[in-house]
Amino acid sequence: MEIIMAFVIGFLFMAAVYLILSKSLLRIIIGTGLLSHGAHLLILTMGGLGGEAPPVLNEGAKTFADPLPQALILTAIVISFGVTAFFLVLAYRSYQELQTDDISLMRGSDEDE
Amino acid sequence: MKTNDVIIQFTAKIVFFIIFFFSIHIFLAGHYTPGGGFVGGLLTSSAIVLLVLAFDINTVRHILPINYTYLTAIGLLLALATAAFPMFMGKPFFTHYFNYFDLPLLGKQSLHTAMLFDSGVYLVVVGVTMTIIQTIGEDE
Amino acid sequence: MRMNNFLLLPIIIPFFFGMILMFGQKNLTYQRTFSLLGIGVSLITALSLLFKVKNDGIQKVTFGDWPVPYGITMVSDMVSALLVTTTLLIALFVVWYGFGSISKEREQFFYYPGIMFILTGVNGAFTTGDIFNLFVFFEVLLMASYLLIVLGGEKGQLKGSIKYILINVISSALFVITVAFLYSVVGTLNMADIAVKIAEINQPGIITVIAVLFLMVFGLKAAIFPLYFWLPTSYAAAPIPVLTLFGALLTKVGVYAITRTYTLFFVHDLSYTHDLLMVLAIATIVAGCIGALAYFDVKLIIIYNIVIAVGVILFGVSQMNEVSLKGAMFYLVHDMLIKAALFMLIGIIIYITGTSDLRKMGGLMKKYPALGWFYLIAAFGLAGIPPLSGFIGKLLIVQGGFEAGSMWSSIFILASSLLVLLSVIRIFLYAFWGDEKETKGTVDKSVYKMLFMPSALLVLISVAYGVGSEWITPFMDDAAKLLNDPSIYIDAVMKGD
Repeated sequence: MEIIMAFVIGFLFMAAVYLILSKSLLRIIIGTGLLSHGAHLLILTMGGLGGEAPPVLNEGAKTFADPLPQALILTAIVISFGVTAFFLVLAYRSYQELQTDDISLMRGSDEDE
Repeated sequence: MKTNDVIIQFTAKIVFFIIFFFSIHIFLAGHYTPGGGFVGGLLTSSAIVLLVLAFDINTVRHILPINYTYLTAIGLLLALATAAFPMFMGKPFFTHYFNYFDLPLLGKQSLHTAMLFDSGVYLVVVGVTMTIIQTIGEDE
Repeated sequence: MRMNNFLLLPIIIPFFFGMILMFGQKNLTYQRTFSLLGIGVSLITALSLLFKVKNDGIQKVTFGDWPVPYGITMVSDMVSALLVTTTLLIALFVVWYGFGSISKEREQFFYYPGIMFILTGVNGAFTTGDIFNLFVFFEVLLMASYLLIVLGGEKGQLKGSIKYILINVISSALFVITVAFLYSVVGTLNMADIAVKIAEINQPGIITVIAVLFLMVFGLKAAIFPLYFWLPTSYAAAPIPVLTLFGALLTKVGVYAITRTYTLFFVHDLSYTHDLLMVLAIATIVAGCIGALAYFDVKLIIIYNIVIAVGVILFGVSQMNEVSLKGAMFYLVHDMLIKAALFMLIGIIIYITGTSDLRKMGGLMKKYPALGWFYLIAAFGLAGIPPLSGFIGKLLIVQGGFEAGSMWSSIFILASSLLVLLSVIRIFLYAFWGDEKETKGTVDKSVYKMLFMPSALLVLISVAYGVGSEWITPFMDDAAKLLNDPSIYIDAVMKGD
């Protein structure tokens, strides 16, 4: 199971890097989304996959899954949700303002104008 | 552009309530079973977004005259107040209290201060999501 | 040593004020009074916390009444108490300065809540004793900084902020990845507990890899050598008060995080990790010097000086002995103060001349002699001319470098001071000497005074910090001892309630 997860995570990172390196701002944002998905899966895997065991030790249960990675992932998901939403709004605003979503046309600062 | 949206508008009016009540259910189910403030808040805002899609942003603002910034602030205040309350009781920050009560109709239920914190989270999530959607939607 | 909620106040109070400032955006008097009030109250609590830590030792509290390695612990030791106090002090002046400088539209659009949330995040990051909680506070301060950097929505600002956000989103993802790796090896998130576990397994190779990953994550925020590329363009886009806040605080949070992890966790393979840190620190200084000398834009010159200072502080950390760490702490606080003062002063220069290009300025000395002298003092302070504030820190760092046997690199640090001096004196020569040049726009005397007062006071505080270093030394001694010997921190957190 861990091996499969490693491949999934690697694939997500690969796709994320590919997208982030592209020119379109929207693709870049989707790339950052995939990157954080990969990171979340990584936490889950690194915490040890507990199978079907409950996260909290019940009466009679022999094993239990580590509840901490799940809490961490939830926090990280909430944060990446907020950041992605903000980033999308910013991308939209800058598209309106600069009339382009091509990141290579966004070089330079005020002085060049 | 004027389109004839009778079907989606009619459906949205009903589905809005279904999603909304389901979000309340999810919200209340939290803490012991999957659910909670974040998911509940997201569902509620998705219900509102459905209304925005079916009608338009000004109509929805007319139906639900809520200042979402204030909603966010109130949610944060509620969450902070719940977390900070134990400080005045000589306990560390974020200590929660819970107990079991026999409530009329509901029977034996546990009441937990984490619930109050979660309501804060719920309000913040609805507030932030709707602020973002309004910001984008306003330009059209 | 008792469990104590008091140390949370410098984090909670700005948070609380941030929330109540979200109401009444249009009422400027309310916004201004309450933000000053909020920072003032937090500063008082931070100062009393500083003295409490000095007298009673390390303070801590674990959220939710959980036992220590399981709950989120907040730890206030001398290092964090000093940095929290400096942060709030600078914020007070920045907000005051902002009254004259920031535009009304910005003030009415969540500028003050943004500052309050950034303070929450920065103070929280300085105080937390939990590695994942550090990530959360980083995100709090980053979210607030995203808001502040795009505020106003000018074209150049949008370009700059997209890069800023993209870089930080990627570095946050890297942070999560690194924490995940660390968690899989040591199985804990409490910083003191991590230090214990790493010492138990005697830092195998995988931990050294994680150390380098942490250096990348925090290095992106602190702007160390290969990772500083995003800093100049993004920061230059922001308005001056925001730039001051970012330049003085945000990179320092990264520096603090490197300092904390490299003095607490990764202390068993110094020849690899700390030598790498030293090489990068020196490369950072070189890159910063080149940038600071190459540009004619006053903003960029000072921004590249941030990069240089980061290098100097991290060189002190990499030497890993008590003297150099003491120097690093001295220099860290000094740099926060003096960078804030310098950004404010060049803000005034930009306000008067209407440009940030040095070649279009000149002759300000005749009309604004006070500004000229205060700028000169700040510039000398930055370069470390005795008895001003930069001197003692750099002296101790170099002394520590000699003690650790890094002869040449220490001499290099000294030599770099000359380049720093040259880069800031260039601004003085161009802007204050020479013939007066046509200036755009009119200068409103009352606005000028409003900008000048906080800047001058901050320069005076930095002078007092330098001249009164004898009085500050006991605090720095405590901080250096603590950084040099991880067991003090570990014992305080893990043992006894």
